[in-house]
Amino acid sequence: MSILKTENITMRFGGLTAVAGLNLDIAEDSIVGLIGPNGAGKTTVFNMITGVYTPSEGDIFFDGNSIKKLKPHLITKKGIARTFQNIRLFKDLTVLDNVIIAHHLRLDSNIFSAVMRLPDYTKKESAVIQKSLDLLEDVGLMEYKDDKASSLPYGKQRKLEIARALATEPRLLLLDEPAAGMNPQESIELMEFVKEIRKKFKVSILMIEHHMQVIMGVCEKIYVLDYGVNIAEGSAFEVQNNPKVIEAYLGVDE
Amino acid sequence: MKRENIIRIGLIVLVVLVLAILNSTLGNYQLRILNLAGIYVVLGLSLNLINGFAGLFSLGHAGFMAIGAYTSALLTMSVAQKQSNFFVKPIVPWLANIEMPFLPAMLIGGLVAAVLGTLIAAPILRLRDDYLAIATLGFSEIIRVIFTNTMSLTNGALGLKGLTRYTNVPYSWGIAILTILFMFSLRRSSYGKAFMAIREDDVAAESMGIDLFKHKLLAFTIGSFFAGIGGALLAHLMGTIDPLMFRFLMTFNVLLIVVLGGIGSITGTVISAVVVTVAMEVLRFLDGTIDLGFMVIQSVPGMRMVLFSILLMLVVLFYQNGLMGRDEITLDSMGKFYKNKIKKGAKS
Repeated sequence: MSILKTENITMRFGGLTAVAGLNLDIAEDSIVGLIGPNGAGKTTVFNMITGVYTPSEGDIFFDGNSIKKLKPHLITKKGIARTFQNIRLFKDLTVLDNVIIAHHLRLDSNIFSAVMRLPDYTKKESAVIQKSLDLLEDVGLMEYKDDKASSLPYGKQRKLEIARALATEPRLLLLDEPAAGMNPQESIELMEFVKEIRKKFKVSILMIEHHMQVIMGVCEKIYVLDYGVNIAEGSAFEVQNNPKVIEAYLGVDE
Repeated sequence: MKRENIIRIGLIVLVVLVLAILNSTLGNYQLRILNLAGIYVVLGLSLNLINGFAGLFSLGHAGFMAIGAYTSALLTMSVAQKQSNFFVKPIVPWLANIEMPFLPAMLIGGLVAAVLGTLIAAPILRLRDDYLAIATLGFSEIIRVIFTNTMSLTNGALGLKGLTRYTNVPYSWGIAILTILFMFSLRRSSYGKAFMAIREDDVAAESMGIDLFKHKLLAFTIGSFFAGIGGALLAHLMGTIDPLMFRFLMTFNVLLIVVLGGIGSITGTVISAVVVTVAMEVLRFLDGTIDLGFMVIQSVPGMRMVLFSILLMLVVLFYQNGLMGRDEITLDSMGKFYKNKIKKGAKS
């Protein structure tokens, strides 16, 4: 059973075709990688899936329903959450608040009862605070809960961004270069962390990565993009030995 | 009841007592300043909600104040007052015979401002930063020009005179205290946090499932409501309103309060509203002729505003966070402050 399927999605910006006819098929409960050299169109794919861009052609199905024309916040509500390549935390707010905000869309309470602190709201609010604390405990950020998000070290900010995405209770999590700027040791730890959250939160994961080595051990299936075109797909082993992929990454031996 | 809540209620009771004492001892002139301070607290907080919490750079406050002021004024004026005011052109018949007490008139003023604020904001909220500022400034001027020209509705440039001066300390400060409590509660709530998320990073906020349009509109509507209430209080403090009162200078005054107090800080805005209002009166001598002993500076009307503008420039250049930044004086922060003091005392 596939949770996300894209049918020939194409994105054009004026004369430039950033992504051309991409077909993704992500099975439920799997970790899938999307790799490719710089400027291959990976983040554009994420932006189409999350509704930031509407594909010029093709369609996107989440759980069997088209989400092509939905706005980003509705797509999040349907169960797709994401992180960003250049971390986008709510910098001036506390770590705990960052996670609490991500629960807002599921709180289902009107502003009147929220401001008047009616029992109906406060009950939901305390449940959200408890859930957020549990989540911080799970990802190991509990000790920082009252710190400003911007004061966390870089690796922890990445983790917080993932935790914040998880707080929206997604079924599919999109990670945009989660290991960017990390040393090899940190990258390996992060991949272990990704495996853990898949188990714990029962989410499917689609991950963009620039470095092939990082996701070789984690992803069950890998798509390779080059200049917006899907040049290979398959298991890590298959992709690694595909001559087209080697060419895209290393260039051709003249 | 929790200890914190008892302290909070105690504080409010204390403030009310102080206000009651001031109310019975101060003279008319000082009372007017006290009322004005309360009104500026309401206005400052409403702009702080739009600019500070939600990060929407709006310069249209005077327009929404005008709507609140005119609505409540037209509703409280007696039939006879209306007849004597509208001598150039008679008032529209459906308004001519309405007369109601101050409180409902003020609330309706706030609601009308909120509704018009929503209608105005809906098409322009997709604009960002400076573009939004220009658009809101434009709308506020449009409102003023409309009010200048609708003779049978607003009496045009002649304004409305002889309004009953309902605004007293219980009204102005009662509403100021309610507004303060509202803002604290709003910011603590999930909606307030969503507003701040939009301020911090709207792309991330949207991808966390926050409906940008709905929440921006909500912030704008609530802000306009309180601006309308503030306008209504001001109208019934002054006793006279005309469209010229609601020029950009009015927005500037409120913006000055918010920037000096710290954009995004509730307590900062409150302190700054009181200080600025009092300073505006205390510094009134600057407008007159100043005798320095060795030389005499001829009177320059508006000299006060020059001083405030310089102050604003200095704050923007050297102390961008204003008085409080985004921090607050809360029970927690006061507790920490005292603990630190005790620690320091123990060390020395």
